[in-house]
Amino acid sequence: MLRAARWLTPIFPASKALPMFTPLTPGELAELVRSTALAGEALALHSGNSLSALGHPPRGDRLHHSLSLAGFDAIIAYEPDELVLTVGPGIPLTEVKALLAERRQRLAFEPPDWGPLYGQPAGIGTLGGVIGAALAGSRRVTAGGARDHMLGFHAVNGRGEIFKAGGRVVKNVTGYDLPKLVTGAFGTLAALTEVTVKVVPAPETVDTLMLPRLTPARATEVMAQALGSPHDVGSAAYLPASIARDLIPGAGDSATLIRLEGFAPSVEARAAALMAEFGGTVERLGADVSRKLWQALGDATPLVGLHEDCLWRISVPPTAGAAILEAVQAVRPLATGWLDWGGGLIWLALPPHPGERDGGAAFLRGLVTDGHATLMRAPERVRASVPVFQPMPPALAALAQRLKASFDPHAVFNPSRLGA
Amino acid sequence: MVQMPMPNEGILARRADIVRALYDLLPEACVIADAVARRAYECDAVSAYRQLPLAVVLPRNTAEVAAVLKYCHGAGVPVVPRGAGTSLSGGALPVADGIVLGLGKLNKILDIDFPNRAVVTQPGVTNLGISNAVAHAGFYYAPDPSSQIACTIGGNVGENSGGVHCLKYGLTTNNILGLELVLMDGTILRLGGKQLDAGGYDWLGLLTGSEGLLGVITEVTVRILRKPATARALLLGFPSSQVAGDCVGQIIAAGIIPGGMEMMDRPAIHATEAFVNVGYPLDVEALLIVELDGPPVEVDHLIARVSAIADQCSAMTKRISTSEAERLAFWAGRKAAFPAAGRISPDYLCMDGTIPRRALSHVLTRMGELSQHYGLGLANVFHAGDGNLHPLILFDANKPGEFDKAEAFGADILRLCVEVGGVLTGEHGVGVEKRDLMPVMFSEIDLDQQRRVKHAFDPKLLLNPGKVFPLLSRCAEGGKMHVAGGALAHPDLPRF
Ligand SMILES: Cc1cc2nc3c(=O)[nH]c(=O)nc-3n(C[C@H](O)[C@H](O)[C@H](O)COP(=O)(O)OP(=O)(O)OC[C@H]3O[C@@H](n4cnc5c(N)ncnc54)[C@H](O)[C@@H]3O)c2cc1C
Repeated sequence: MLRAARWLTPIFPASKALPMFTPLTPGELAELVRSTALAGEALALHSGNSLSALGHPPRGDRLHHSLSLAGFDAIIAYEPDELVLTVGPGIPLTEVKALLAERRQRLAFEPPDWGPLYGQPAGIGTLGGVIGAALAGSRRVTAGGARDHMLGFHAVNGRGEIFKAGGRVVKNVTGYDLPKLVTGAFGTLAALTEVTVKVVPAPETVDTLMLPRLTPARATEVMAQALGSPHDVGSAAYLPASIARDLIPGAGDSATLIRLEGFAPSVEARAAALMAEFGGTVERLGADVSRKLWQALGDATPLVGLHEDCLWRISVPPTAGAAILEAVQAVRPLATGWLDWGGGLIWLALPPHPGERDGGAAFLRGLVTDGHATLMRAPERVRASVPVFQPMPPALAALAQRLKASFDPHAVFNPSRLGA
Repeated sequence: MVQMPMPNEGILARRADIVRALYDLLPEACVIADAVARRAYECDAVSAYRQLPLAVVLPRNTAEVAAVLKYCHGAGVPVVPRGAGTSLSGGALPVADGIVLGLGKLNKILDIDFPNRAVVTQPGVTNLGISNAVAHAGFYYAPDPSSQIACTIGGNVGENSGGVHCLKYGLTTNNILGLELVLMDGTILRLGGKQLDAGGYDWLGLLTGSEGLLGVITEVTVRILRKPATARALLLGFPSSQVAGDCVGQIIAAGIIPGGMEMMDRPAIHATEAFVNVGYPLDVEALLIVELDGPPVEVDHLIARVSAIADQCSAMTKRISTSEAERLAFWAGRKAAFPAAGRISPDYLCMDGTIPRRALSHVLTRMGELSQHYGLGLANVFHAGDGNLHPLILFDANKPGEFDKAEAFGADILRLCVEVGGVLTGEHGVGVEKRDLMPVMFSEIDLDQQRRVKHAFDPKLLLNPGKVFPLLSRCAEGGKMHVAGGALAHPDLPRF
């Protein structure tokens, strides 16, 4: 059993018997990693802890200590003109957003707050969590994801070494792009102590065009037309009637949504041009409704209350999404779901199904030929028994193992979070 | 000449057997063994570095690539992947005891998918070839290196290439959806696809910019975009680079991300104007081209806003394009910067550091001092929006010692970039050219972490050896590399 070093604050959370380590300097963190490795034990990394139920639960064969990186929460440098922000990854996302808003900037990839989805309070998520889990909202389809805005980091690897990669400027190809690699790695490669991200100007205004009553297939065509138009469409989603009614005042039927952002005269002109091209009924939802609506879609708010359901997030080529959504709803009429990313992202909530123990994994993965399905939320016993992430072919899985070992040879960090 | 790893005498002695084995794997026309024909592959765009490879192979499909790699893996023969050979960092420089694997015959576009806004292509298709293939429908592939008529998409992935529009539209890495990769042992992997998030580790992110050290790319799925409806540009002259740099900062602070924002200093302005005669003002110290693209209403709106910012920044000259011809004329000089440098000087070295823009005037001043110190001319073109500097060092290779001086000058510039908080390379890659400067930016621990990543893909270290990571034997030479305190962090680690 690892002994807490003198500089660590052993906090004993009510539910767990083991102390939580909260190092405050890279040196302390490195020492902790080294002693954990020596003891043959493991560390479960988190900062805000809003996403602890995402991924495989720790396996019982090794002792896992809880490692909080929340202590690395400083604002190190914010240079709006250079479009870069350097912070400790433990900084709450809400704080980052407020800081950027003061200079009319934002994170382009619209990181959501999934705390409530996991039964946690809103606002506890950190930038480190956003990067570790590669969270992105509806704008992912045009603005890129967390990986596209991750420029550099300092970290401690599984050997207990302090290292860095990338840089603090927006354009850099010096050495391997490890900043992208650690994004979405769910803390399995390194414990981040400092990150530099690219920030962008926030748009002056936003509006959303709504086309009511389309089928998912027709909606997909409309979304492809919009995203392939010269009108700078930022995101496109399709909501079945039940969800549209909850999120859009006055909506009674399915809603196909096209978001436009930017300078006011430009948004105005593009909205007019798109409405003319679509023809038929098109409503404009206005800035206030738009802001709340897209935030709710990113945060997956419609799924928050569905406690019994297993939640899935499926990424496919945009034109493949509608058919999968329809195929699911044909045999599981109680399933809730919608399309984002122009059809390329399917959010799904599957209610318990007689005789099904895998949360719908076999059923859904059978429908997804090209893409990947992630089990976002499920009871621990389900997550322990099925692959949470889309299984990899054996050669790729072997490479992933070698890559993990190149950072973390003793498998100290989140050893089973990504699966075997 | 830059030092390369010592060739393996055993392999050199087995050359005839190796060539025979390659003929067994590939049709005769796909193996180049004779010395004259091999000479075409002895260098890339850094022509000061040359090396004749053992042989050149030009496989026609993924299976042939895999067969060649598998054989070389077994036989311990190094392999240098090559696209069009336009690398500006010596990334495709052959090694004496290895073969060059050219992807030129994998030159077909496999699938154009407008509804999913994706193109699946073989790696040997040129960058511009992709844009041309989708132009009829109003689409294009956004990253646009100046070499785009020649360079291949595989090479772009290798170098994570950029272009003048990448502040707004991203580098190669932001525009790639999927890859097919062959590992050194011949294993074929398919990564990503037409969907956005590929799940698992970000292989695409790691491989893009990996300079041919991790695997050979045999297929690329790129994201295509609808062409902006219109583009207009402003041509702005300033009394100093400092003022021009401030103007760039104010444009960005106003929430405007132009499609392109390029700066030139006085020597670059004069050289390009003499070359293309497009009416650049000759009495200014810095020239800025700001291009706004997008819907016409937006472009007109932003032209007015940028114009007002330029006035506040006391621009000495201001022209706003009113026609496509005029916009292209503004660009003609900037686009001709390299040939223009070639006209005023027998040779030039193109550097590629990135700096935080706030350090611009300090860096320009220091570069001026270095120019005096080395007695070599300098012209600067600059992707101003993202801080990517391209200083062109002018020299004459026929004068003894001048190339060495130019290289030393270049290294000083890159050290300066790192010193002010920037990086060694913004888009051209490390290759052999900047390899020995890596310790300026990274500690031995940082580099060892990257070396171990290489090891996970290519444990025998056969792919593109001698690139990106400093060779240890260079430690003591010319101060180009230093190992702190003479101590190696991980003596157990393989060095390459
Ligand atoms: C005049 C000129 C202007 C340029 N302008 C720009 C510019 O504006 N922006 C910019 O970013 N660059 C620019 N470059 C640099 C160069 O064109 C780019 O780096 C380009 O991407 C190289 O492509 P290539 O096909 O020539 O690759 P090569 O030079 O053949 O190879 C480049 C690297 O990629 C590797 N590689 C090539 N193909 C593969 C493959 N299929 N699989 C694995 N590895 C591979 C090689 O081993 C090498 O390390 C310019 C070069 C020139 C000569």
